[in-house]
Amino acid sequence: MLHRLTISELAGRLASGHVSATDALEACLAQVDRVDGDVRAFLSIDRDDARAQARAADAELAAGGGGGMRPLLGVPIALKDVLCHRGQPVGCASKILEGYVSPYDATAVARLKAAGAVLFGRLNMDEFAMGSSTENSAYWTTLNPWDTSRIPGGSSGGCAAAVAANEAFASIGSDTGGSIRQPAALCGCVGLKPTYGRVSRYGLVAFASSLDQIGPFTKSVGDAALLMEALSGHDPLDSTSLNEPVPRYRDALGATSLKGVRLGVVKEFQLGGMDTEVDAAFRAAMRQLEALGAEVREVSLPHSDHAAATYYIIAPAEASANLARFDGVRYGRRVEGPDAFELNSRTRGSGFGPEVKRRVILGTYVLSSGYYDAYYLRAQKVRALIRRDFEHAFAHVDAIVTPTTPTPAFKVGEKASDPLQMYLSDIFTISCNLAGICGMSLPCGFTRQPRLPIGLQLLGRPLGEADLLRIAHAYEQSTPWHREVAPLG
Amino acid sequence: MSDFNIHYVARLARVALTPEEEQRLGGQLGNILGYIEKLRTVDVSGVEPMSHAFPLANVSRPDEPRSSLSHDDALRNAPSRSGGLFVVPKIVE
Repeated sequence: MLHRLTISELAGRLASGHVSATDALEACLAQVDRVDGDVRAFLSIDRDDARAQARAADAELAAGGGGGMRPLLGVPIALKDVLCHRGQPVGCASKILEGYVSPYDATAVARLKAAGAVLFGRLNMDEFAMGSSTENSAYWTTLNPWDTSRIPGGSSGGCAAAVAANEAFASIGSDTGGSIRQPAALCGCVGLKPTYGRVSRYGLVAFASSLDQIGPFTKSVGDAALLMEALSGHDPLDSTSLNEPVPRYRDALGATSLKGVRLGVVKEFQLGGMDTEVDAAFRAAMRQLEALGAEVREVSLPHSDHAAATYYIIAPAEASANLARFDGVRYGRRVEGPDAFELNSRTRGSGFGPEVKRRVILGTYVLSSGYYDAYYLRAQKVRALIRRDFEHAFAHVDAIVTPTTPTPAFKVGEKASDPLQMYLSDIFTISCNLAGICGMSLPCGFTRQPRLPIGLQLLGRPLGEADLLRIAHAYEQSTPWHREVAPLG
Repeated sequence: MSDFNIHYVARLARVALTPEEEQRLGGQLGNILGYIEKLRTVDVSGVEPMSHAFPLANVSRPDEPRSSLSHDDALRNAPSRSGGLFVVPKIVE
């Protein structure tokens, strides 16, 4: 059952020589062969390349390497199809990038390599990270390992499904409005969206540049701490990256008591519309956090009701600018036309899927002359108010706790025909990105029939990742949820 | 949004749509715009717009020569190239 180990468990066996990096990778590949026909998390895997990396790691392990600067030596980790990995395809699950091969490594990828990880596979996602279910992938819909009639969440649905199905020891995704936390919740794994600027986005295909962050999907809170140490840090190649020291996040894991920790429950999030089992699991989790010693207070985020509308102006506006680069000239698909205008328009009309077209057109509209002030500028002001709400709340509490999603995983097709309903499934995760703070999701229970994971969201101050990891770890160690294995795991 | 003209905005966005797509996307975008209209009710007087979570300004790095993408790497994904250049339709008569 090698494929079911956490990274921390695997690293111990690699260091002692009981298991080789090749064993670990082959366990993942065998699990992919067993279950990925049902889960469909991976768009592709270059097995030869991954095996070569594992052999190199084994040579280094045999020579006494690992530990210290190479804490991930020999650990197989899979990547969302939005991160550049030199020599490997990156397509954002879009037809417009079919056949594209990365000419360089994203900084996050380079950092994982520097820590010794074996990087393999391209994980499915909603096209250009726009969606909440992977149904917007141009290739196929990934399915939830707990119930394959349901979506895994999105946009990083492949990342969450692969970890929940034990096809990878961890995966790396991106989160613009909940794309790490929402699928982590729906698939029952740990997902962390770092503070804006904590992890370099160099080599992440841009969706909405003032919101995007890269973060890990793991089987345990401890593994999330380990990966955050590897991923975080200043990068001169990303001008939004913060030049702040990176704590040893694993030091946050020791506490079993939460005495002295102040947690906030959001007044505005308790007004109906929530699935009763999700609500019950959330309330039980709050009681558990109190039992661990935390003090729970009510906080108010008065503008949270406007977060979704603000997000669906700002994110499409930025996307319309970022996706202008897909012009049929420098890379990707090209549909010829008699002039540059027709070549651009036909290429984009043929290469983008429906959701990407919706958002690029919406974003173009809210930025267009005559509408900019009414939509984009106003949204930027409401965004400032949303951030101010969090600043006020964090004057009184160390972290805010919410359900990650209002419902468990929904059925494939249930919301596909109504984009607005799909947008509203991210209602609890969106404001975190608008405010630029950090957030994570971890398992906090299951629905009864069918048995589906429920996620607990922790939101923290800017650069407050260590606080979140400390709270999450104490909660995890006192509850059984992280030990549950998906039927396809 | 009576003045939202899908045909016009799709042209601005350089996205060719079929008539069926225009109809479907136009209706969906009408709903979405109706939803985001609610921001008009928020009092934003005196609020400075926020463009980034951390307003870093004048970010620069030392101006030192360093290696960058090779010519071949920069062109390797181009759909059409010739003589070390990207090929585009004629733009200037």
